[in-house]
Amino acid sequence: MRTDFILNGKSVQAEHKPGETALEILRRIEVYSVKRGCDYGECGSCTILLDGKAVNACLILGHQLADKKIETVESFGSTFSLHPLQEKFLDEGAVQCGYCTPGMILSAEALLRNEPNPSDKQIRDALAGNLCRCTGYVKPVKAVHS
Amino acid sequence: MKHIGKKTKRVDGLALVRGEPVFADDIRLKDLTYLKILRSPHAHAKILKIDSSEAMKLEGVIAVYTHEDFRRHYYTTAGQGYPEPSPRDTLLLDSKVRFVGDRVAIIVGETLEAAEEALGKIHVEYEILPALLDPEVALDNEVQLHGHDGLPGVTDVKRNIAAHLGAELGNVAQAAEESKYVFEREYSTPYAQQSHIEPHISLTWLDEHNRLVIRTATQVPFHVRRIVSEVVDYPIAKIRVIKPRIGGGFGSKQEILNEEVCAAVTLKTGRPARLEYTRAEELHAGRSRHPQKIKLKIGVNEDYTFRFIDLDILENAGAYGSHSLTVMSVTANKALALYKAPNIKVSGTAVYTNLFVAGAYRGYGAPQGFFPLESMVDEIAHDLGLDPIDLRHKNYVKEGDDVPIAKVLGEGKEGYPLVIYTSGMKECLEEGSKLIEWEELQKTSSEGIERRGVGVSICGQGSGIPGIDMGAAFIKMNEDGSFNLLAGATDLGTGSDTMLAQIAAEELEVPLDKMIVYSSDTDITPFDTGAYASSTTYISGGAVKKAAADLKQQILEMGKILLEVEEADIAEAYVTASDGRKISYGEICTKAFYTDSQRQLMAHASHMSYDSPPPFNATFADVVVDTETGIFKIKKIVSVTDAGQIINPQMAEGQVEGAIAQSLGFTHSEFMIADEKGAPINTDFFSYHIYTAIDMPEIVTRFVHTHEETGPFGAKAIAEIPINGPAPAIANAIFNACGVRIRNLPITPEKVFLELQKQKEVSLVNDKAGALSKDVDHAHS
Repeated sequence: MRTDFILNGKSVQAEHKPGETALEILRRIEVYSVKRGCDYGECGSCTILLDGKAVNACLILGHQLADKKIETVESFGSTFSLHPLQEKFLDEGAVQCGYCTPGMILSAEALLRNEPNPSDKQIRDALAGNLCRCTGYVKPVKAVHS
Repeated sequence: MKHIGKKTKRVDGLALVRGEPVFADDIRLKDLTYLKILRSPHAHAKILKIDSSEAMKLEGVIAVYTHEDFRRHYYTTAGQGYPEPSPRDTLLLDSKVRFVGDRVAIIVGETLEAAEEALGKIHVEYEILPALLDPEVALDNEVQLHGHDGLPGVTDVKRNIAAHLGAELGNVAQAAEESKYVFEREYSTPYAQQSHIEPHISLTWLDEHNRLVIRTATQVPFHVRRIVSEVVDYPIAKIRVIKPRIGGGFGSKQEILNEEVCAAVTLKTGRPARLEYTRAEELHAGRSRHPQKIKLKIGVNEDYTFRFIDLDILENAGAYGSHSLTVMSVTANKALALYKAPNIKVSGTAVYTNLFVAGAYRGYGAPQGFFPLESMVDEIAHDLGLDPIDLRHKNYVKEGDDVPIAKVLGEGKEGYPLVIYTSGMKECLEEGSKLIEWEELQKTSSEGIERRGVGVSICGQGSGIPGIDMGAAFIKMNEDGSFNLLAGATDLGTGSDTMLAQIAAEELEVPLDKMIVYSSDTDITPFDTGAYASSTTYISGGAVKKAAADLKQQILEMGKILLEVEEADIAEAYVTASDGRKISYGEICTKAFYTDSQRQLMAHASHMSYDSPPPFNATFADVVVDTETGIFKIKKIVSVTDAGQIINPQMAEGQVEGAIAQSLGFTHSEFMIADEKGAPINTDFFSYHIYTAIDMPEIVTRFVHTHEETGPFGAKAIAEIPINGPAPAIANAIFNACGVRIRNLPITPEKVFLELQKQKEVSLVNDKAGALSKDVDHAHS
């Protein structure tokens, strides 16, 4: 089947099988920032923004993308400049292995669009769906704060 | 210093925050085949027959390989140096399965879906054998897991003993007689899983010269090359291992778990192969922390110094003996190196069971040893009415002390002498006790439903494996005064590329952006034993520093030739003559390339060490226990470390913070469990709970400064040590809060609750007894 959606501002027509997840489709079309860590909605490595909301791509079926706006970190910043969250993650040392980083940045972005001055609790709630095994979340939380 | 001790952006950071395709699976290969492993549903069984005819009829199924398709070559998946200290007890595929999750068959599909579908269409006939699920039962059981005599490196197949360890210094039996107090307790630690977020993933293909290329998430590219070569019988010369960015490993990616499978398939089909573990596979068929039961005895003199320490380890190796000897040896080595005791003894037995296979996991035996040791030191302090910090001050090793156990217990053989050159332990304890408000919290009342308590633990680790680990680096100069640093050291998310760039930039006196780091690729970078045993800063960093120093000397010599002087100075990317004329690195290299005394300015160096200076750490926990439910909340962890000169404070803090999060899980929320048939119960992150952002307590990280002469710019290791402290510190804090002592990890609310109930029963009995005696007193008066 075919599903049309907007990926990072561009129209995409994706051929896919019924039942294929957004994670599988996005990785197949080489949106590699969307990572697989568990495939059942627990680790958050495959976080995408779906109409501005942070969701796990592994729990979204292909047809559910129809006519939606999808954002991934590929659309953040440009070749020569970074999005402020990307800068902060680098400055604060919030990136270690970097596998969870795109997902964390997207979850943080979804929060900050609604709440530009979040509390520590709001940040932790927003990042609760993004498992990280390297940082203990200390520096990612700090990066979102700043 | 310009770079050392300073925070800096990671050299790989830009690609990572942009989500660039830098991980192993972020690549598209033509004609790629997808592999799945059919795994055993039984804990122990003989395979009688495998019928894959139905699977082969499925569209897109290319092949199903079984034990009959490969030669029987025993190896170890441990991913260690050569010769490996782990027993060689593993086959690519065997006719027997030894745990739920053991490999039965390899399916090759045109798509992942086809391979997955085939999993359910392979019919296997098993003869089910009795499963041994407890090391105490498995030891000397008539059922044998590895009924094959002469397996290299296995201590005793007939007794199910994978490995054995024994050492004594002084005379422990006599010391027990002479000690004023003798304490004896038993402790245990469970299976825990590394849980790196990027699963194991490998891709293999044959390049245009029929060389086998392995792109894999590994901590040990050079060991992968050697071991795969051996397993699939393909020459090292025809294998190239590429390590891209790695999504965490923590020891788990030291194992050769899928590289050899992919390689074997590619060599059979001629096509690229990809094998990625699912999370469920990681959580039962990957690798884990060895569970240990430890009997610990400590003898104490009248002046509260320790007279002897006796450590008896029973280790569960699981179905295969990967790392079983050396983990146990590190348990003993690190625990017995912390305190001065003239008499020490260790005996350890690693037993095969039909359970999860254990392996390397950050800390590598040390967390299993420090939990008992640091719990018991706390118990001793309590029983003798001493401050737990004072008792530790009295006994831990200090600068100049000899650590005799290091010589006796090495990496599967005799080790090397160890003298403590630097220790900031005293300062770690002092700083930490201030930050946790030790004095104040000690005085908090133990009344009411919610009770607050504070606990401490101390620990050490090593800096690389002495006499074994070796790293090499190669640096070449470019005509703008930049440098390519090619290191065998493997950055698996640790930041080692950045740390190595800082070392090279410091030595060569250039800005950090003049260092272009590449690691690691067996065709391109020099050898390194790999990223394990807290070796990268100390060993690989040592190699980079040497290579940079050599190259700096070459640049100076070249500068002198170009300036036509006998003497000159080199500083800040210039060579300067005494008359003030100077020439930049860029000019020197440009002239060397094109016009004068033509050459490539380049240097290489190797580094190994017979020293492995321990970093030291003190960890404090502040907890509140709800005495009605047993639920406890960890409010704060303070971790103070002496890791010598810190190369990059921000990255070092990150190492500590991440290690604490893992250790908090190990303390109470992470434990792999199996049912009565050995089948895993918690194979997802819902039931195997690793810490999330909302679970974290306040974390305070500090470093105390020492300068370790044997390390690059004074550095010791940081990666593993901070994982050792939290579990015992929390156990001690819970005791301090409510008087409950949990000696078996994990510390669940249920265990605390049950102990609190016992306490209440005891106090009820005492109250009754007290009331009775009062009555008697009244009667008398």
